[in-house]
Amino acid sequence: MTAVLGALGRPVLQSVAAVGRVVLFAGAILGHILRPPFYLRELGHSILQIGWYSLPVVGLTAIFTGGALALQIYAGGSRFNAESVVPSIVAIGMTRELGPVLGGLMVAARVASSIAAEIGTMKVTEQIDALVTLSTNPLKYLAVPRVVAATLSMPVLVAVGDAIGIMGGWLVGITRLDFNSAAYIKNTVDFLETWDVGSGLVKGAVFGFIVALMGCYHGMNSARGAQGVGAATKSAVVSASVLILAANYALTELFFTS
Amino acid sequence: MIALSDVHKCFGDNRVLQGVNLEIASGTSMVIIGGSGTGKSVLLKCILGLVRPDQGTITLDGQDVTKADRDAFLARFGMLFQGGALFDSLKVWENVAFRLVRGPKALPKAQAREIAIEKLRRVGLKPTVADLYPAELSGGMQKRVGLARAIAAEPEIIFFDEPTTGLDPIMAGVINDLIREIVTEMGATAMTITHDMSSVRAIADNVAMLHGGVIRWTGPVSEMDATPDPYVQQFIHGRADGPIESVR
Repeated sequence: MTAVLGALGRPVLQSVAAVGRVVLFAGAILGHILRPPFYLRELGHSILQIGWYSLPVVGLTAIFTGGALALQIYAGGSRFNAESVVPSIVAIGMTRELGPVLGGLMVAARVASSIAAEIGTMKVTEQIDALVTLSTNPLKYLAVPRVVAATLSMPVLVAVGDAIGIMGGWLVGITRLDFNSAAYIKNTVDFLETWDVGSGLVKGAVFGFIVALMGCYHGMNSARGAQGVGAATKSAVVSASVLILAANYALTELFFTS
Repeated sequence: MIALSDVHKCFGDNRVLQGVNLEIASGTSMVIIGGSGTGKSVLLKCILGLVRPDQGTITLDGQDVTKADRDAFLARFGMLFQGGALFDSLKVWENVAFRLVRGPKALPKAQAREIAIEKLRRVGLKPTVADLYPAELSGGMQKRVGLARAIAAEPEIIFFDEPTTGLDPIMAGVINDLIREIVTEMGATAMTITHDMSSVRAIADNVAMLHGGVIRWTGPVSEMDATPDPYVQQFIHGRADGPIESVR
């Protein structure tokens, strides 16, 4: 009986300890954000890597999602003669949910993996030890710029993704579903509220923070060797994706159920 | 002077250091020898504060290194890592000038670049190398860049971790000679860890042998060959038979 309880308790304790380590890591990063020195060059480089270079993947994801969403809403709405809701539901669906969540997941796949692999390799090749001997805090030099860059870049990516996704719905609407272009745009604008867009941008910032945090955490805690770096990369993507979905639910509860 | 007293360090059940006592006088070059996995790198990292000892004290000029101001303490050190540990995302000159352009005494970029090029020249590299990335260099050149970075801020103490590992004998000889010259001309205190006996003879004033978690023997390099210590004799002659187990 004791052995069974022990076997059940060990993973629970390990999970709680892991959560504690992540929280402490996040706290340490937040504690460094406003304290000098500031590595602006690294921040600029991270914004370019995380934000600018993620635009194609986020844009492509959004345009196909918006188009498919329009087709689905049209097909579902036609069962009760509600085809006219396509523009507004596409807009609300993209801005509130699909834009930030799918954008976040795509960025998690692209960025969390690359951050974890880069920092993990730096650890394996003693570059992180070298930073310490050169009087540079690795957390401040490597993690803080990436976390700040991802938190600032993701809302912009989400905004671009929202616009492209809505455009994807519009394209499908006027070419495949016989919507009038002006009427589609008017419906989209009339029904879309500021908070629909704003809530998605806030979600984007939170997801960006999660993506970079997981990449940095798993990279910094990477085990030695190629296998260790591979495992860190995999853990970064999986944990970032799950946390994005969990945070999305929590934020949706917070924003839209009160 | 660097002094280690009864330093212990375990990793799980593996007791790597089991009471290391060692003194390195200022301005001298100490080489730590010992087989692979005997804790040489751990010992070096303990001094730098990269690894915290479980027990014992390490002092630098009488001050406990764990209680010293970290930035001021590290500013006195330069280190050449085994694999170079150059930052892939930075150009060669930016690697060399890394410390020079950061911190409270940061130099203007142009001046730091000049110093970096001068240090590269000092280790036998042409100025054209300055704008390359580390991945574009050979292993020997990367070691030289690492050496240039270690001496860029003219530290009082320089650590060399396996400086000739992975190099051909000629390049290893070049690196050994460079280390000896630089340490002598800077008057720096040097600590090198290696199992390459040609490095030991080229670099060392004093030698210490680490085995079984303790310093088995220490003395001037000139006395190393004559010592009757069976551990030292087996190691320096590379014999399979002796008190050191060949399978560890």
